[in-house]
Amino acid sequence: MIQEEEKSPMKFQRRTVLKLSAAALAAPAIIPGRLAANDPIIFGAVAPKTGPLAGGAAVTHWPNLQLWQTQVNAAGGIMVDGNAHPVEIIEYDDQTNPGETIRGVQRLATQDNAHFIITPYGTGLHIAAAPIFDRYGYPQVCVTAITDQGSELAGQFPNMFFTLGATTPFAGDVIRVLTAMRDAGQIGNRLAMVNVADAFGIELMAAGMPLAEAAGFELVYETSYPLGTQDLAPVINGVKDAAPDAFVAWSYPPDTFGLTEQAMIAGLEVGAYYTAVATSFPGFNARFEGAANNILGAGGVNPDLPSFQEYEAAHIEVTGQAPDYWASATTYGSLQVLQQSIEAVGLDREAVSAHIKEADFDTVLGPMHFRDNNFNQAYWTVGQWQDGVFRGVASQNRDGVAAARLKEGWA
Amino acid sequence: MDILITGLLLGGTYALIAMGLNLQYGIARIMNLANGEILVAGGFAAFWMYTAGQTSPYLTIFVLAPVAFAVNWLIYVVMLRPLVKRAKSRGQLEVDAILSTFGLSFVGVGLMLAAFGGDYFNYSYLATPVTIFGDNFGLNRIASFIAAAILCAALYLWLNRSRAGMSIRAIAVSPESARLVGIDVARLSAFAFALGGAVTAVGGALLSAYLTLDASTGVIFTLKALIIVIMGGVGDVRGTIVAALLLGVIETLVASLIDPGLTLAAAYALFILILLFRPRGLFGRGAA
Repeated sequence: MIQEEEKSPMKFQRRTVLKLSAAALAAPAIIPGRLAANDPIIFGAVAPKTGPLAGGAAVTHWPNLQLWQTQVNAAGGIMVDGNAHPVEIIEYDDQTNPGETIRGVQRLATQDNAHFIITPYGTGLHIAAAPIFDRYGYPQVCVTAITDQGSELAGQFPNMFFTLGATTPFAGDVIRVLTAMRDAGQIGNRLAMVNVADAFGIELMAAGMPLAEAAGFELVYETSYPLGTQDLAPVINGVKDAAPDAFVAWSYPPDTFGLTEQAMIAGLEVGAYYTAVATSFPGFNARFEGAANNILGAGGVNPDLPSFQEYEAAHIEVTGQAPDYWASATTYGSLQVLQQSIEAVGLDREAVSAHIKEADFDTVLGPMHFRDNNFNQAYWTVGQWQDGVFRGVASQNRDGVAAARLKEGWA
Repeated sequence: MDILITGLLLGGTYALIAMGLNLQYGIARIMNLANGEILVAGGFAAFWMYTAGQTSPYLTIFVLAPVAFAVNWLIYVVMLRPLVKRAKSRGQLEVDAILSTFGLSFVGVGLMLAAFGGDYFNYSYLATPVTIFGDNFGLNRIASFIAAAILCAALYLWLNRSRAGMSIRAIAVSPESARLVGIDVARLSAFAFALGGAVTAVGGALLSAYLTLDASTGVIFTLKALIIVIMGGVGDVRGTIVAALLLGVIETLVASLIDPGLTLAAAYALFILILLFRPRGLFGRGAA
């Protein structure tokens, strides 16, 4: 394994040298790092098109790359040294396999000579790819990576930036929303909490349980289920028997749907119902319609923000599907961050990373900066379907928070 | 009681997943690793018909079954028959079939990805509660359980009561001898494979009413089907039904009484136990 890792970059480098010398012979004017007028800027992208995370990436990740490329190129391209350069994106499928993610990034860096590489999809794949982004000196503006290890990672990989938030504030805000509902007399004290047995669910469960207990909630049911479980009747029946006032599931896409359908069928009576990833997908509301009303979920946006509305309309027009109401806009925002830094300092990747660390960015989500330890400190944490719109009901430093509503029945 | 019913309903789902593979592996002798992709394609057809024209999956299956039959028949005739002809032994055919259908499963994923994209496709159909003995169960699961029961009963009767069924069972026991008594093995094998594909696609259409599928989920179903078929005994419809129900009940028991995290462990423990004590499956015939 180690041998192979040491060997392959050498091989790639040799090929790169060959390729570069061939290119130099053919077009002696090319200087690495410099573009002729109208030459495209090459962006690499590695993310799941197949495998367990493909469904999520097809909603949140890939359409935004397409939208951003279309919009930037329609506007003429990215301005570097007074010339507009179109964006070209090279896409690889990592099959939701960290080994493939690493190989893809390596290939983009050494064979495709990508100027920049767009971050992968999913917490695990982000972390797997971080060392290789670092080795080749690419800035990595992460989106779908939610972890409390962010500051350690940023310390180890100084060009790694986080946009979507960290585990503890994420779990903390859910508990905060529930506490507010309890203190307002809307719900009681009994809480059921379940999680999908995957890095994301385990971390959130570990963060959420002590926070719930500290907030004075009584944990009446707590369990985990394996990733990919589609039959969630036993879990919901267990929850129902424990008669909780609030239900929280740190769940991933297929089980988010499965839990909710089962809760609907079993007639789970809770005043607050929360499922995590995919609750904010437009498909969730389309599937459950009225039953989705007042369901809490991970993420959220401010749907009244004009920049978001404009983004949403463009997303539907270009990709033929609506964005999700959480990480979609953040994915687009991460590309805006890259673009704005490139326009500010050019194609030098080190300069771009240094710029991202210091600058203020204007994104579809509103302003963003990474001066606090490479962390964007303004993000949405909890949203709720309210009459067909997924509204943010809790956030870290974002405006436009709506009040959370009581879940009343499944009709 | 609710555990038992939930388990039986899950077992019905599993029977739908595994029945087609049993026909394909037990009779046509093709270990079809692209089985899950056929299932997902069936699910997609139901999803598409439902979202485009509000057509019930229970009507879609009547169109889907002949189409899936034709497609699978083509797959067998074009791709698998040369392997059958070339194979000198059953072992060699198995290896060849596994390799080529493994490849086929990637082609299937790629085609579905190109055709429908990688997004989840799910819709809600018959997600209304039905009360049995004081507990609520999803009507869609009950309906698919009933459909599975009808399908299995029909297959069982057909295999055991009709002449064609008897010929097919003869092939399952011994393809060489079957040929000697005037059974057209090549034609009936293709028929069994196509029928298995049609059953799988119908199963996918019924499951899509309550499971969330995407283009690359097929492999999960292939694995489940494989376990059930081997547990039940290759080529025996009863075995598949019993194994599917057993697996459903045991998984639900473990999830409800011990921990949902242990369902997979319980499923594989059962698998190992059955292989240890009945290496040819629950209804498998004695040593060949």
